[in-house]
Amino acid sequence: MSNDTTSRQSWWQRIAHPGQFVAWTTPLLMPLAILTAVLFVVGLWFAFFNSPEDYQMGDTVRIMYVHVPNAWLSQFVYAVITVSALGTLVWRHPLADVSMKAAVPLGALFTALALFTGALWGRPTWGTFWEWDGRMTSTLVLLFIYLGIIALWRAFDDQLRAARVVAVFTLVGAINIPIIKFSVDWWSTLHQPASVFVPGGPRMPLSIQIPLFLMFFAFTFLFLVLHLKAMHTEIKRRRVMTLQRKLAQRATP
Amino acid sequence: MSPFMAMLRRELRLALRGGGDVLILVLFFMIVGAIVPFAVGPDQTLLASIAPGIIWIATFLAMLLGLERLFRPDHEDGSLILLRQAELPLSAVIAAKLIVHWLVSAVPLLLASPILALLLAIDVPAFGRTLVSLALGTPALAAFSAIGAAVTVPIRHGGLIAPILIAPLSVPVLIFGVSAITSPQSGAATLFLAALSVMAVALTPFVAAFAIGSAED
Repeated sequence: MSNDTTSRQSWWQRIAHPGQFVAWTTPLLMPLAILTAVLFVVGLWFAFFNSPEDYQMGDTVRIMYVHVPNAWLSQFVYAVITVSALGTLVWRHPLADVSMKAAVPLGALFTALALFTGALWGRPTWGTFWEWDGRMTSTLVLLFIYLGIIALWRAFDDQLRAARVVAVFTLVGAINIPIIKFSVDWWSTLHQPASVFVPGGPRMPLSIQIPLFLMFFAFTFLFLVLHLKAMHTEIKRRRVMTLQRKLAQRATP
Repeated sequence: MSPFMAMLRRELRLALRGGGDVLILVLFFMIVGAIVPFAVGPDQTLLASIAPGIIWIATFLAMLLGLERLFRPDHEDGSLILLRQAELPLSAVIAAKLIVHWLVSAVPLLLASPILALLLAIDVPAFGRTLVSLALGTPALAAFSAIGAAVTVPIRHGGLIAPILIAPLSVPVLIFGVSAITSPQSGAATLFLAALSVMAVALTPFVAAFAIGSAED
C-alpha cells in the first residue's frame, strides 16, 4: 500500500484501499439492486405481455429476451476480466485481482446460461438442442476458457501469486478469443453454410427492441450488483484469512 | 559457444538422455491412433475420411503428455531460479526449451505418422498434406504447451490443469490443421496454420517468461 496521505487523492487512489473501497461502494449497492429489480420487472412485463409473437417462432421468441443479454454478458465479462488483468499486471492496483476473481465465476455463469437458453430456444425452432454453428461453438470454447481460469485459480494456495499468473493467462485468452471466433466461423460456414440462423438485427420492430434493451440493461446491472457484492465478499474473505493467520501465529509462539 | 547454443545443447541432452520419453510419446501416439478403428469399426472408407482428424487428435494428446518436462524438472531442482538470474534473458531460455520441445515431441510423431497413415488407409496425396499440416501446426501446439506449462509451474500438482487450459486455445490449430488436409480450401487453411504457428512461436517465449517471472516474485 502506498503511503500517500495527501488530501488531494483521486478516486482511483482512494478506492485502492480495500476498506475504503468497501466503505465507498456499499451505499451504491442498494440503489443499484433496486434499479436492477425495477428493470427486471418492467423488462419481463414487456417481454411476456407487451411484445408480439413472432410469426414463425410463436411464443418461443420470448426466450430471446433472456438469451441475448446473457450472450452479451458472456463477452462483456471477459472484457472486464481483461481490464482487471491489465490492472493487476500493469498498474498493480490492489483491487484489480479482487475484481478479476469476483468476475470470473459470474462470466462462466452467464456464458452457461447463454448456452442453456440457446439450447432451449434451438429445440423448438431448429429442432435440435445443439448445432455446431460458429457462434454457439465459440461460446462453448469461451465457457471452457472461463472454467479453465477458475480451475487455475483454485489450484493455487497463494492468492496474490495466483492473481498475477491468472492475469497472464487471461490476457493470452483475450488475444486468442478473436482468433478462435474467426477460425470457428470459418470452420462452420465451411460445413453448413445455409443453416446459420440470422435474426435480422436492425430490422427488428420497436415492440421487440424495447423489451430487449430493457432486459439487456437489467442483466448488465445484475452483473454490476453481483460483481460489486462478490468483490466485497472476497475482500472480507481475505481479511478473515489474514486474521486466522495472525491467530495461528499467536497460538504457536 | 554462445549461451543460447549452450542452452539448446543442455536441453537436448536432458531430453535424449532422460530415457524412454520419446519412445513413450511415439507409442502413445500410435496407440491412440490405432485404438480408434476398434471404436468406430474397420470400415476402410470411413476410416480414410476421419483419418486426418484421428491423426491430429493423437498428435494433440501426445504433445499434451510431454509438456510436464518443459519446466517442471527445472523448477523442482531449482535450476529455473538460476536460469532467471542468468545473463541470457529468460525469454531466450524459453525459446531454446521450445525448440527442443518441438524437436523431441513433434518430430518423432511426424516420423511415426506414415505407419499410422497406413493403418488408417490414407492415400498418398492426402498423406503428403497430412505431413505438411502436422509440420506447420505442431509448433503452435508446442508453443501453447509452453504457455500452459509456464502458468502451472508453481502449482504442485499442475499436471491436469495445463491440458484443460491449453485445449480451448488449440481449437484454431485443430480446425486449420484438419482443414489443411481435407477441405477444398486447404491452401488457405495451410496458410492460416502457418500464420498461427509463427505468431504463437514468436510471442510464447515472452509470455511464458512473463508468467514464470510474475509467479516467482
